[in-house]
Amino acid sequence: MSARLEIRDLQKRFGALAVTDGISLDIAPGELHAVIGPNGAGKTTLVSQLSGQLRPDAGQVVYDGQDITHLDMAGRVRRGMARSFQITTILHGFTVLQNVALAVQARSGSSFRFFGRADAEAGLNDAAMVFLRQVGLADRAQDIARNLSHGEHRQLEFAIALATAPRLLLLDEPFAGTGREEAAQLLDLMQQIKGTQTILLVEHDMNAVFALADRVSVLVYGQIIATGTPDEIRANAEVRGAYLGEEETTASGAAGC
Amino acid sequence: MTNLFLLQLLNGVQLGILLFLVAAGLTLIFGIMDFINIAHGVLYMVGAYLVATFAAMTGTFWLGLLIALPAVVAFGLFLEFFLFRRLYDRSHLDQVLATFGLMLILTEGVRMIWGSSPIFVPVPDALSGSIRLLGIINYPVYRIAIIAAGFAVAIGLYVLISHTRAGMLLRAGASNRPMVSALGVNITWLFAAVFAFGAMLAGFAGAMVAPVLSVDPGMGESVLILAFVVVVIGGIGSVKGAFVAAIVVGVVDTMGRTFGPILLQMVLDPSAASQTGRTLAPMLIYILMALVLAIRPSGLFGRRGAA
Amino acid sequence: MSAASSATEPTAPRVRLLSRTVAASAIFVLMALIPVVSHLSDDPFLTLAFTRILVFAIAALSLDLILGFGALVSFGHAAYVGFGAYAVGVLMRHGVTDIFVQLACAIGLSAVFAAITGAIALRTRGVYFIMITLAFGQMAYFFFTSLSAYGGDDGMSLQNRSTVLGSDVLESNLVLFYVTLGTLVGLYLMATAIVNSRFGRVLQGTREDALRMQAIGFRPFRYQLAAFMIAGCMASVAGVLLANQAEFVSPAYMSWHRSGELIVMVILGGVGTLLGGIVGAVVVLLLEEWLSIFTTHWRMGLGLLLILVVLFSPKGIGGIFERVFGPRK
Repeated sequence: MSARLEIRDLQKRFGALAVTDGISLDIAPGELHAVIGPNGAGKTTLVSQLSGQLRPDAGQVVYDGQDITHLDMAGRVRRGMARSFQITTILHGFTVLQNVALAVQARSGSSFRFFGRADAEAGLNDAAMVFLRQVGLADRAQDIARNLSHGEHRQLEFAIALATAPRLLLLDEPFAGTGREEAAQLLDLMQQIKGTQTILLVEHDMNAVFALADRVSVLVYGQIIATGTPDEIRANAEVRGAYLGEEETTASGAAGC
Repeated sequence: MTNLFLLQLLNGVQLGILLFLVAAGLTLIFGIMDFINIAHGVLYMVGAYLVATFAAMTGTFWLGLLIALPAVVAFGLFLEFFLFRRLYDRSHLDQVLATFGLMLILTEGVRMIWGSSPIFVPVPDALSGSIRLLGIINYPVYRIAIIAAGFAVAIGLYVLISHTRAGMLLRAGASNRPMVSALGVNITWLFAAVFAFGAMLAGFAGAMVAPVLSVDPGMGESVLILAFVVVVIGGIGSVKGAFVAAIVVGVVDTMGRTFGPILLQMVLDPSAASQTGRTLAPMLIYILMALVLAIRPSGLFGRRGAA
Repeated sequence: MSAASSATEPTAPRVRLLSRTVAASAIFVLMALIPVVSHLSDDPFLTLAFTRILVFAIAALSLDLILGFGALVSFGHAAYVGFGAYAVGVLMRHGVTDIFVQLACAIGLSAVFAAITGAIALRTRGVYFIMITLAFGQMAYFFFTSLSAYGGDDGMSLQNRSTVLGSDVLESNLVLFYVTLGTLVGLYLMATAIVNSRFGRVLQGTREDALRMQAIGFRPFRYQLAAFMIAGCMASVAGVLLANQAEFVSPAYMSWHRSGELIVMVILGGVGTLLGGIVGAVVVLLLEEWLSIFTTHWRMGLGLLLILVVLFSPKGIGGIFERVFGPRK
């Protein structure tokens, strides 16, 4: 089976700094592939190029066998690549249900319909409710998104991402800024989604990554220095030297708060 | 034909120089404060009225100018202190509404004080008359003086902005506002200074043009819209862009009105050509603006992704 | 809770919908009674004067559609009113008197102008968008100012009002009033439907955040452009009626002062509510009438009111728009 996403020798420079320095990576269908790396390793730059927000200088992004290097963000989403978290997809003035229904609307039928109440479209609302139930937000469907708690926003993000009918989820640091309890909740949710979706998880939180990932790639200074199962990565001396040693200190610092 | 061409070229440059003086302040205010000031043209108008008044009172244009300039600056500072600084943190829509309101008040105020009919300001004696240029055309000395004074101000601005510490701050502020506060500069003071500066340039332009044009309550508006076009073409926050765009707009507008109909006569009969030419000429600069924006949405010298 | 989001806020949606329908009905019924008042008070000009107010209510309604629901601060909206008026004036000059032909031309011209200028202006945001729409509005203004064949700067008087399928019913001020009111009600219902439709939901999504809309698979540009064109076409309908009301066509209809006043109407009436634009038009125009009784310098009063509202209304009028335009630092 060919890869869902192939990254081929991707390059991006900001001035003299190579932020993405020849990255190549394959994501197989159905796997949860995590990319970890210290701050400044170029994780966000990588995701931005995958989602279409940033143009790479060189290299290719191939999705389901098609070169999508020059496709814009909306085009990628329509083909089934959903990006979430670092760019929030929540519209705060809309209700929870409207937020998800809008994402359903994006992929079902034309939005150049000027008549007929969108709020009354059972097709959109029913589909949206399925995703809200899946993430456990069904009872808050009629609330304004702004009034949700921090943790609920993450659940809503997931529901919106799922509603775009993704074949690949790009999750950009979903655990950033979560408290202990929220993180546990989120981990549960991801365990549940895992296996039903192909996921590229870019994350700082080591516990989450090692608990969830099928494979892990380590990004340091714009380069992938190792790819393997969580156990292989844990055992990899180069990774420990370049990254885990340093991460130990920042992780313990983060855990303290 | 060559004579006419040269004459109109000079007229165009002269218009461009005036536009630059108004647009320079406008673009800095946009760039540094992210503030849209619909009332900026009023300062140009006030400059013209003040010089007219003071020149009549003192009997000489020069003394009038000498009093009018600090008066415009004071007026600009007054407006900044009582209104504008309350608007910096507001949405663009609020800024548009409040300064639109201010523009209505001041224009109406000018009407109340000076009346609606145009006021004429005599050309100062020392600069009256014409001189022969290149041995082929006669051109009024005063208009040459405007061009010279405008270029002098432009050069002064260039030196100020690219070779002094204050200028470095301005450039930094216009392209990256948070950086200025990071440098520990007193923002309140800087904003007031930029405003006073912008007011002075616009007022100076109005004062200089008073003997050439009639001074009337509509003069601020027409120049404001042209200055907007200049700022958009040049790129927000770029004084260099404002200069280039102002000269281009001034020349294109002036030349278009004269030569548009003449050129069209090659393809149309004379009456149709003059009609079409007169209709199309005022649109030229807007078409120019559209073309520039189609190619570079942030203007000729605007930073990418601005707006 | 801001007014801008309330339009999409289904907290007890039926109650909200009901109260808004009641308010709208009340306003329209009150307006429908104007000719009665005019008749009773023996003041025939009242009906004609209110026809003008209704015309501007249509224009303000159309601007609210993009300003209130798309966060597009268009400073050149009066141009479309002018296109409508000139469609009547120019066609009349050439013997085409039927209002439907005039409407078709007005709408067609507005759609084309909005498509071209909108496509350019929508590539930018913020102050650029405001200045560019302003500049294009002035371009239209200067175009008609220099059209000396059709009156140029001075404008031109119309011999007659438009005909409706060969009939001259519009010559009656009363008929024209009710036609204008009917048009306003019809366009209000249409605008309401648009706002609540799939399209309207996308438009309001782009108002909140265009990047987020892209992240769920929409390309905001095309929806904003469509809304820009719809609003322009609606405003041109107002222009067709304005030419008939005044029996006069002039570039002054499209001056940037007019565009500014339309924004003022929408904001004072309550942005993003559709009904607000209509109320704002009535309030601003009546205020102008009232102030001009006391002084020829009534603009000063309007200007002062604007500044006071911006400075002292809670959170500022634009507080609603903070979210829309994002953090301003």
